[in-house]
Amino acid sequence: MIALHLALLEIPLHQAVPYVAAAYIAFFALILIYLAIMSGKLSRIERELGELTELAARRPGSSEEHDAP
Amino acid sequence: MYGKRLRPLALTTFAALTLTLVLAFFWAPNDANQGFLQKIFYLHVPLAIVTLCGFVYAGLAAIAHLRTRDSRWDMRSYVAIHLSLVFGVAVLVSGSIWAKGSWGVWWDWSEPTLVSFLLVMLLYATYQPLRFAIEDPERQARYASVFAITAGAFVPINFVIVRLSTAYLHPRVLGDISANLPGRFQVVFYLSLVSMALLWITLWRYEMTSKHASAQLRALKRLLAGDEDEALPRRSAVPTLSVGAGGAGSSGVGAAR
Repeated sequence: MIALHLALLEIPLHQAVPYVAAAYIAFFALILIYLAIMSGKLSRIERELGELTELAARRPGSSEEHDAP
Repeated sequence: MYGKRLRPLALTTFAALTLTLVLAFFWAPNDANQGFLQKIFYLHVPLAIVTLCGFVYAGLAAIAHLRTRDSRWDMRSYVAIHLSLVFGVAVLVSGSIWAKGSWGVWWDWSEPTLVSFLLVMLLYATYQPLRFAIEDPERQARYASVFAITAGAFVPINFVIVRLSTAYLHPRVLGDISANLPGRFQVVFYLSLVSMALLWITLWRYEMTSKHASAQLRALKRLLAGDEDEALPRRSAVPTLSVGAGGAGSSGVGAAR
């Protein structure tokens, strides 16, 4: 079957377009999924940063404590 | 640290990818035998090359980790393998689609190029479970580095062995580029290779920035909580990145999750 396909000359455009489109769409979809996961992680970092800011604000006289010997 | 110059890099990558797509579809002629289907070539082959180079880079970073014991090299190796696996999945998918269009089958088990690439992917698929199986972060990093070096050495050896194979259907692209490919095909192919390499580097830096920021946050959390033992990283396959006050130091802080 493979030999038969190889024996054929140029693959017609209307046959090739769905394969080419599928390959490129699959690639960009994969990259988009990766970026979506990474942006989720970025959101978590942002949330944790907010928690830390609150924690730092709640600490009474933290700057004086650090200055003390 | 890794986020520095990430924006211009991302913009360059975007521009290069756009230019590659435009040239591939509107400037490069159709292949005499493959016709329009050959356009997958500009995606599949550079992706495969960048994937394999990524695995080799991970091995080199692992060597640097074992030599220096600097956890940043372990993280670089980890992120390189992670990203190359993602690219590798794209290689397998795009390759299967091309095979279906060109050969009439999604996969051919008698084809050494396909099977060898799958073997490489399966080998690297064990990397994360291996890391997760080891609880002690120091031992985990050491074993993972040994794995990355061994597997990284297997990649070029595997490539050479497959090239020596005489019974194959898969096109021998690297040999064809300098010998047989017409000028326009070559230009677009090399541009595509550069674009994919840029994409890999951009995403690698993006993930490294995220991991580094995560580690710094944990360090800050522990500092503010005033408890050095608090918030120790839970068991994870992600390397434990050392982050000090200046960005890199000795205190072990997990970049887990």
